[in-house]
Amino acid sequence: MDQNIPQVIQTVPLQYYVFFATALFAIGVIGVLTRRNAIIIFMCIELMLNAVNVLLTAFAAYRSDANGQVFVFFIMAVAAAEVAVGLAIIVMIYRNLQNTDVNLLNRLKF
Amino acid sequence: MIREVKTSRYIQRPPMFAIVLLSVFGLGNLFLGFLRSNRILLPAAMLMLGTVLTVNFLDWNAGPQSFFNGMLIVDNFSVVFTGIVVLTALLLIPFSEQYVLDGQPNLAEYYSLLLFSLVGAIMMVAYNHLLMLFLGIEILSVAMYVLAGAQKTNLRSNEAALKYFLMGAFATGILLFGVALVYGATGTFELANIRFAVQNPTNASLTPMLYIGMLMMLIGIGFKVSAAPFHFWTPDVYEGTPTFFTAFMSTVVKTAGFAAFLKLLVQAFPAASAQGLWLPTLTAMCVLTLAIGNVGAVAQNSAKRMLAYSSVSHAGYLLIGLVAFNGELEGASANSIFFYSLAYSVATVAAFGVLKLVSEQRMREDYDGLNGLAKTNPLLAFVLTVAMLSLAGIPLTGGFFGKFFVFSAAVENGHIGLVVFAVVMSMVSIYYYLRPIIAMYMRDTDADTAEPLQVSGFQSAAFLLLALLTVVLGVLPGIIAGIL
Repeated sequence: MDQNIPQVIQTVPLQYYVFFATALFAIGVIGVLTRRNAIIIFMCIELMLNAVNVLLTAFAAYRSDANGQVFVFFIMAVAAAEVAVGLAIIVMIYRNLQNTDVNLLNRLKF
Repeated sequence: MIREVKTSRYIQRPPMFAIVLLSVFGLGNLFLGFLRSNRILLPAAMLMLGTVLTVNFLDWNAGPQSFFNGMLIVDNFSVVFTGIVVLTALLLIPFSEQYVLDGQPNLAEYYSLLLFSLVGAIMMVAYNHLLMLFLGIEILSVAMYVLAGAQKTNLRSNEAALKYFLMGAFATGILLFGVALVYGATGTFELANIRFAVQNPTNASLTPMLYIGMLMMLIGIGFKVSAAPFHFWTPDVYEGTPTFFTAFMSTVVKTAGFAAFLKLLVQAFPAASAQGLWLPTLTAMCVLTLAIGNVGAVAQNSAKRMLAYSSVSHAGYLLIGLVAFNGELEGASANSIFFYSLAYSVATVAAFGVLKLVSEQRMREDYDGLNGLAKTNPLLAFVLTVAMLSLAGIPLTGGFFGKFFVFSAAVENGHIGLVVFAVVMSMVSIYYYLRPIIAMYMRDTDADTAEPLQVSGFQSAAFLLLALLTVVLGVLPGIIAGIL
């Protein structure tokens, strides 16, 4: 327990964090593009944001620079605000449609 | 690392008048909602926006001032773009009046959200740190997600809100991943430090990460300004959103987005190696945006959807302004984007203003809803004609000089093929911009359109001002051209 957290983070090579975050991000992107349930799409977007958080934290620890970690706090706060608005929109749609499948929302066509 | 405050002048003046005032006014507006007197909300909001617009210009020529440890920079660039977004909101807000008449229960919230979203727009034009760019985009977008769904029981409005929200959050995720990669490669979020790190790379193995990050940031902002191929949400969202908020989206969000875009490219990635990558990317996006926007607009039967596609096509013209970048923030490129955004915003507000009155009082948004408007409401028909001519870029309107400045900046930098293509596309645009004019002047009224539209005093004044501004910009462009 005599190590501080940045040192613990640095016990794993930086590339691993980059690969891990990229994989998380890719899962999120694929989920957004392929899933049809609004709530699952929304969860995939959160996954993308959390991939960013992992990446920023790792870079900040490796560079001994607090900026990246502070950025993470802002992302968390903004993501929470987005969740509030997004879930409100989904609830509003559920009330009108009794469903959250984005394929039912096709009243506006190209 | 502790940064010093650069000079003592920053302490003597209250920072960022416009942001502080808008936040306070937004809160104040919420309290006005308790009075349960909806009639004072509109004059109050106009007064607030007028105050902010005036106060904003106190910073004119005061030199670059940095606030919050250099996170925001107020200079002439940010002052003029703040001016455009606040002026647009001020000219637009009289058209909210139908909401007052409809007796919406939580009216004050809508006005407050508009004021708060302007704070985000101002942060986007004044940022010097990528955190502020992110926060600005989010403050603007989260407010717009709510406003897009303002008609809670209307399924089209619901759908627009959900699509806008999902696409907006997706774009934010891509933008942030780009920011994280750029941070990993350069170790900083500040624009000037990123520029230095890009110009003097210390570790060649980090270069791919830097450029992938840069491209992802371009994609993220491209989504927000609806540049093709990331425009696909635009027609649906613009059509479903209540017309008043569509007008806000297609003017304020686009202006702030392009100012942020320009600032990012000019201040963080002007290095030749980075430019070698983003210049072809943006040129391709630009060609695609112009083609899709203009050809898509031709095919529409709804005037509102036509304006949505036209706003995509105008993103293409603004992208030409970015491609014409010549190395300075306050140069020909910024000037052309400034003039174009102003002319575009004024004309778009006028067009959506007329369309909003038509769609609310005649319950239709197709071209036939405009039939015979010249007989029933000559003023509205005239204002819409001026707006359409300006959007098409006909001489003696602001839109003509907007296109002229953008094209000449691009020609100076040798993008002649691009300009020829854009001119051809703007000829295509004349076809669909003339259709509302033909409907208003050449067609007779039918059963739906026989009644004159009701226009309030504020709205008539705003219409006159918008038409006047468009013509003044077209006759005397010299008064603001080259201001930066």
